[in-house]
Amino acid sequence: MIRSLLFVPGNNPGMIQSADVFGADGVIFDLEDSVHIYEKDNARMLVKSFLRNHPIHPAKIVIRVNSVDSPFFSADLEAVVGDEIDYVLLPKARISDIKMLTEKLETIEKEKKLKKQIAIMPLIESAVSLVETEGIAEFPRVSALMFGAEDFTADMGITRTKQGKELAYPRAKIAVACHAYGVQAIDTPFTDVDDEDGLFRDASEAASLGFAGKAAIHPRQIEIINRVFSPSDDNIIWAKRIFEAKKEADQKGHGVFSLDGKMVDKPVISRAETIREKAIACKKWDDGFEK
Amino acid sequence: MKIGIAGSLESNDALVTIKESTTRRIEIKSIVDAFFHEQIEKTITDVLKEKALQNVTVLIQDRGALDYTIRARLLTAIARMEASDD
Repeated sequence: MIRSLLFVPGNNPGMIQSADVFGADGVIFDLEDSVHIYEKDNARMLVKSFLRNHPIHPAKIVIRVNSVDSPFFSADLEAVVGDEIDYVLLPKARISDIKMLTEKLETIEKEKKLKKQIAIMPLIESAVSLVETEGIAEFPRVSALMFGAEDFTADMGITRTKQGKELAYPRAKIAVACHAYGVQAIDTPFTDVDDEDGLFRDASEAASLGFAGKAAIHPRQIEIINRVFSPSDDNIIWAKRIFEAKKEADQKGHGVFSLDGKMVDKPVISRAETIREKAIACKKWDDGFEK
Repeated sequence: MKIGIAGSLESNDALVTIKESTTRRIEIKSIVDAFFHEQIEKTITDVLKEKALQNVTVLIQDRGALDYTIRARLLTAIARMEASDD
């Protein structure tokens, strides 16, 4: 499970080599927007050299390559795709782009004799990408979608606000598509790194719609994001009580039972199971409790 | 004369300049020269050997770059030199 993904500029060695110390579930080495057009080769080589020669890597490695229609796309892939990386984050993703990227990855994986299959994380950041979200999410290699609100609102000609009402529809559409196809939904970064309350509200809004995690643009955002996208202690206690009550009900042969005066049936048990899965992934579930 | 420059003078980085020459010359200016001169020189000679480059002048202005950064900056400088006009 990816709760937090930290963006790191691909041409900044100081930030690259300290990226794994901030507690993010994954790091995005960015070859796109944070790298000047004249420094693309420098960044590509730096990230490649780090991945091949630096032994310590954070949990998940994501590379944001330049878009399919840029002159840098193929060179980015050929340089950085290897067993060290987990995802390619594709900007301005369209269905046709995912097809092309899938073919490119298959070719590179064969040529380099990789031991793993590299997953694709499309970035939904335009109106047309949003319209194609379901088609993008169903590709076998796609295992997460990321929402890019800055480019999306620019493409729509609307203003992004801290309240984020304008993001409700695209977030809901992405979250539903992700759940329909069993992939993770990762929310857009919150761009005011000094506003921790705003980040908490923004992340909580995304979590309430079904997002599993959120991108970060500053290390100080990671703790809040991890907290929001982990099950709360209250939720974990509730889930454990559900399992205890279910055990008793099973012994009595009851299919439906009640806890604290509320009916507990299959959807409620399913919700408790989801909390347990997330808590296990976050290392917050005590094995001593009933499963 | 072909020349390639890559990197920066920011902390943790290195600015590498390489140009064609009639002999090999490696010049290292580093804030940690007293401790890491030999290691930096070895990284440079290893990369030059990998790229089969003999007669070049390499100037590295190091701001505390780790080995992977020096390798990357030199490789990019070499690629830029090879792509440059005479």
